Parts: sequence; C-alpha cells; structure tokens
Amino acid sequence: MNSSKYIIGFTALLTAFVALVLSLMYTGLKEKHKQNELLFEKRAMLGAIQDRAKLNVSDIKDADIIDFFNKNIEQVVVDTKGNILTPEDVEKHGYKGGKAENVDMKKEMKKAFENRILPVYIYNDKNGEKIYILKLFGKGLWDEISGFLALGPDINTVVGASFDHKGETPGMGAEMKDNPKFPAQFKGKKIYDESGKLVSINVRKGGAVDPEHDVDAISGATLTSNGITDMLKSSLENYNNYLKKLK
Amino acid sequence: MSEIKESKKALFPMTKKERKLLFDPLNDNNPVTVQVLGICSALAVTSMLLPSIVMAIAVTFVIAFSNLAISMMRKYIPKQVRMIVQLVIIAFLVTIVELTLKAYSYPVYKQLSVFIGLIITNCIVMGRLEAFAMANPPWQSFLDGIGNGLGYGIILIIISFFRELFGRGTLMSGTPIEMKIIGSSSDFWIDTTTNSWFGWYTNNNLMVLPAAALFLLGMIIWYQRSKNTKLVDIS
Repeated sequence: MNSSKYIIGFTALLTAFVALVLSLMYTGLKEKHKQNELLFEKRAMLGAIQDRAKLNVSDIKDADIIDFFNKNIEQVVVDTKGNILTPEDVEKHGYKGGKAENVDMKKEMKKAFENRILPVYIYNDKNGEKIYILKLFGKGLWDEISGFLALGPDINTVVGASFDHKGETPGMGAEMKDNPKFPAQFKGKKIYDESGKLVSINVRKGGAVDPEHDVDAISGATLTSNGITDMLKSSLENYNNYLKKLK
Repeated sequence: MSEIKESKKALFPMTKKERKLLFDPLNDNNPVTVQVLGICSALAVTSMLLPSIVMAIAVTFVIAFSNLAISMMRKYIPKQVRMIVQLVIIAFLVTIVELTLKAYSYPVYKQLSVFIGLIITNCIVMGRLEAFAMANPPWQSFLDGIGNGLGYGIILIIISFFRELFGRGTLMSGTPIEMKIIGSSSDFWIDTTTNSWFGWYTNNNLMVLPAAALFLLGMIIWYQRSKNTKLVDIS
C-alpha cells in the first residue's frame, strides 16, 4: 500500500509530463494542421469547378492546388443582405486574415440569419466569365455535412458541386463524397425558377422528377439525402440577396 | 544452450519465450478471434483496406509503447490508481498518433476520424497492460505488444480485403496503387456490363455495412478452429 502523498505525487508528475509533451507537440504541429485543413478545403472547392477549369482535383499536387487557387480565384465575403464586406469588417467578426477562406461556416450558421457573413469564391474563367462558388453547410445523418456549389455566369445554372462529410456511413451516406456520380448530377440544374423565385435543388428519393431542380438520392441513405436537400436550401437562402444583386 | 544456438544465426537473437510472445497472438492466442477483444473497431473501420492498415499500425504502435512504458514504471505505479495511470499513458500515445496523422497524412486522418480517438477504448490495449505489462519486464512487454497489435491488424486486413473487394470491387482505394477489380464501368478490370462471364455480378452493398464484418469474422473463427485443434474446447 502506498501513502496518499506518494499517489498524489506520482499522478501529478505523470500528468505534468504528459501534458507538457502533448502541448509542445500540439503547438509544434499547429501550423501544419491549419495548412492541411485549408488545403483540403481548397481542394474540395476546386472540385466544384473541376469540369469547367479542366482540372482533375484528385490527381494534382498540393503545390499546384495553391498555385491555381492564388492565380484564378478571387475571394469575397458577403452578408445575408448582399453587401460585400471589407477585410477589416471580416476581422471584426473574429476571423484573422479577413479573407473568405478564414470564415468558419459552422460558427456563422449558429448566428441569427441577419448577422451571418458568408464566403464567396469567384473563379475567373479563361473566356472572361465569372463562376461563383458558394459554400454549403448543414447536418447529415450523423454529423456535419458541407460542400461547394458553383454557379455559372447566369447566376442560376449549376456548373459543378462537391461534397464533404464528417461521419456519414461508409458506402451509404459517405457516397456523397466518395462516388463522383453523385455531385456530377448537379451539373446543369437550376436554383431559381422562371419567375426568379429561389427553389434550390432537391435530392429526391425514388429518382428526379423535375429535370431542372431535382437530382437522384443516394440509395440506402435517405436521411443523408434529406440532409443535403436541407443544406442546399438553407445555404442558398443565405446567399439569396447577394445573388439577386448580382443579376 | 538454445540461446547460444539462436544468437549465431539470427540478427535479433530471441529466446523461445520471446518468440512465443511475438508470434502466439498471430494465431493460437489471437486477440480478436480467440480472446474476442477489439471487435467494435474491427467492425467499424474495415470497409476499406487503407484505413484498416493505418488502424493496424496505429494500434500496434499504441500497444507496444504503452506496454513498454507501463512495464518500465510497473514497480512505481501505486496499485490504487494503476488503471488511471494506464489510461493516461494510452491516451497520451493515441493523441500522439492523432496529431501526427493530422499533420502528415490528412486524408487518412479524415477517413478514420473518430476511430483514432477510440483506440483508447480498445480493450486489447488495456487488457495487455493489465494482464502482461504490469507483471513482466520491458523488452518482453514490448514484444507482447507488437505481437498483439499484429494479431489484431492481421484480422482487420483480412476482413477489409474481402469487404472492399466484394462491397466496392476495388482494392487499396484512396492510394496511388488503387486497383479497380470488378464493377459496372470500363474503369474496372472486369467490366460487368461487357464481360459475358460476370454479367450477373453486382457489388454487394451488405459488405459495406458493419454487419458483414461480423459474418466474415465468424467465418474466420470457424476456419481457424477447424485448422487449429489446440483451440477446440473438448471438455
């Protein structure tokens, strides 16, 4: 039997050692973690325009991703009223750097609708056309789902989409990211109807009905599919005023 | 006597006991199929080969080094708090694995997501610490850890091989050496839309679900016991 003093001393020493090593390691690798996250995000974003920009996102090197991004992508931050924010305004919201890539959608979606700020990426096409890439964020079956939707110069037709998720079931909900056929369906769909009303795009179980606003759901993943429908609707509503101003 | 004999030919001399520690968990005393530990993660991460291999390496690393650390400290650990101390060591190593993967292999980190953290709750790790490292010297504990990690890993890899092949028709998907074996497009080696022999074949969606891992695990246990008479309970 050990004395209480020894037990407390031993555990305190051990914990202090473990905490020290881990915190050193965490701070040492923090930059690299951040870089990886940003790079992953950029890769996902370019995935939405890969057909348009003739890229194959899964094959290109990290350095080329950054290079392409810096050369061709313009970053804008807007609010839900459709006003464009200056970098200083964005920093006031607590995002260091003040660029679109610094905005955390998870935090923004928790705020009231009027207070949200939203990242927009604009890709300047070789033909001088502008492609608007919007960030999507929502909830799937198990955890967060997110994605990017790229709109063509008419601010209505989708030119590409890419999705990501945190913990959907592999082979079912996770197909939204793993199966390239799913995001490919979004190409050519429209988010506004003829009267200019925002109708978004529905992920419909049993197959698309409306050729302009429906895509096929993922088989075996009804709840994830519904999550994607909701995510598209709520995220596009955020951008609605900005998109209307653009038109 | 036997020690001298072995040290002549082997690069790493090992006594019979040490060899037993290293290789026993691969078959006779496999932590998954014989002791039936670590089933949860064996079902969860095995839908594809790559995450299974990473998981196997991570678990082997954690068991081996936590065994080593606990064994070195075993005389100083107060008995009243030994479980907590073990958990601190395991959590410490798991966090190291997580931070390293996040920094140097981000896609794999994304894919394994929560399961890396759950190595902490893998009963094989805790089981080896309690059953072995608390009572044995460091080197033997280290070997025992490697052996058990590999015993766990080999089952994971076998299960994920079949699940990925029959569930998706690919192997090593997500790596540069991705092999597309069978499926309904021209990218695959056997294209079921044009191949007259495999026209009936479709990928089995059940294989992607964790339940399939349980069936496969049952079959592995069945096969192992039919071959290894030592495991058959004759009482």
